[in-house]
Amino acid sequence: MITEERQTIPKPPLVAADSARAREQGSGSPALSVRNLSVFFGKVQVLKRISLDAAAQAVTAIIGPSGCGKSTFLRSLNRMHELVPSARVEGEIRLFGEDILSPEVEPVSLRRRVGMVFQKSNPFPTMSIADNVTVGLRLNGVRQRSVLAQRLEHSLLMAALWDEVKDRLDAPATSLSGGQQQRLCIARALAVQPEVLLMDEPASALDPLATRKIEDLIRELKKKYTILIVTHNMQQAARTSDYTAFFYLGELVEYGATARIFTNPAQKQTEDYVTGRFG
Amino acid sequence: MPYFDQELAALKDKLLTMASYAEDSVRNAVKALTARDYDLALRVRSEDEVIDRFELEVDELAINLLAKAPLASDLRLIAVAMKISQNLERVGDEATKIANRARDLSQEPPLKLIVDINPMVHLALQMLKDALDAFVNQAPAAARALIPQDKEVDSLNKQIQHRLAGHMIENPDTVTRCLNLMVVSKSLERIADHAKNIAEEVVYICEAQDIRHAPGGRAVGM
Repeated sequence: MITEERQTIPKPPLVAADSARAREQGSGSPALSVRNLSVFFGKVQVLKRISLDAAAQAVTAIIGPSGCGKSTFLRSLNRMHELVPSARVEGEIRLFGEDILSPEVEPVSLRRRVGMVFQKSNPFPTMSIADNVTVGLRLNGVRQRSVLAQRLEHSLLMAALWDEVKDRLDAPATSLSGGQQQRLCIARALAVQPEVLLMDEPASALDPLATRKIEDLIRELKKKYTILIVTHNMQQAARTSDYTAFFYLGELVEYGATARIFTNPAQKQTEDYVTGRFG
Repeated sequence: MPYFDQELAALKDKLLTMASYAEDSVRNAVKALTARDYDLALRVRSEDEVIDRFELEVDELAINLLAKAPLASDLRLIAVAMKISQNLERVGDEATKIANRARDLSQEPPLKLIVDINPMVHLALQMLKDALDAFVNQAPAAARALIPQDKEVDSLNKQIQHRLAGHMIENPDTVTRCLNLMVVSKSLERIADHAKNIAEEVVYICEAQDIRHAPGGRAVGM
């Protein structure tokens, strides 16, 4: 457990001392370094000068009430906001030092490096389990059967789904349960070997057993990947994440080690939110 | 008031009621000792069961609240409530020990006391009262202030133990009575320890600083 002095985080810039501490403790440079990120949809500013470092090989949870900008923040990390025509971004996002908002960076190639898993599992309904996992690779020109087979098995193993589907890889993906479909989507995201995995409420539609499997998977995956997870479930954030960022009205209110945020938040707004006394 | 807050308030109320029973129990035990009141000593003993039941009830309320996955200050309060109830239960046990010795001593001729136990009684009782007040008022400064007094009680206990040991050697006919007083002194010292523990937990509730086992009360914080 990381211990630290109680702190009030200055703003701006709002970069957590905890993430600096994480770097000092051996995880090197942050995987994602965000500086003064503002996102606008038309004239509406939904993110206001967000600055935070997401530690590599760690899980960072993004929490906050609906409409606070947490999903927008997550989507801006692999430039999915660009799918909204009126979206505009200011500021800087660096992925292992590289400016990913640069026009020279192709959004499609960025999304291979920064994969995403959504709230509702979205396997391709007409495809088999195997094809769902390897579709990204095939779209990227990988044709070798041995490579596809190896990545298929590896991705399903990483997603803790291999044992459950290895004997029916050609079955339709829709034949899987909701929890299995979500892990299939995680396997699909892992197949293209991303560096960062973004998860937008990945277990909100799952029962407690399936949720536990996803949470166990997140803890396992962080050994290899940098994970950012948006969740409305405080206990899930407490169980799965190393760092937690609390967003409110488009601003980053507090960011720090999860153990501290959930036992001793520095900001009253954070305390009120995590104890359910918000507003 | 939200339902969760009502349950939290019920937990606090239960703990405060338990605290008042524990405090009364110590006062009555000491009174039974000094007034050589046999009946009062018996009453303290029987009332310990009430305090034991309170411990079970506080724990049950706390477990039910923990099942609702509280966080931040709620989590700290519930976790600490369980610890405080355990300390109060042990305060009750120590009061019973004092009462048992008071009962036995009331049946013996009065011992011409060569030790004055009153300063220790007052200090231990004051510590307990201050710790419980600090909990009621959520006053970490007051809680911190009483912690050093535990050393004074320890010192008084050592002096009393030493004097009683010497007295027993010189007056073998007083051995049983002196041993009873030694137990009383040790129980008062333990009550002060529990008061200190409660004070440390009050600091944790209010400031999220864990000052247990920390030299000079320096916190190990989150």
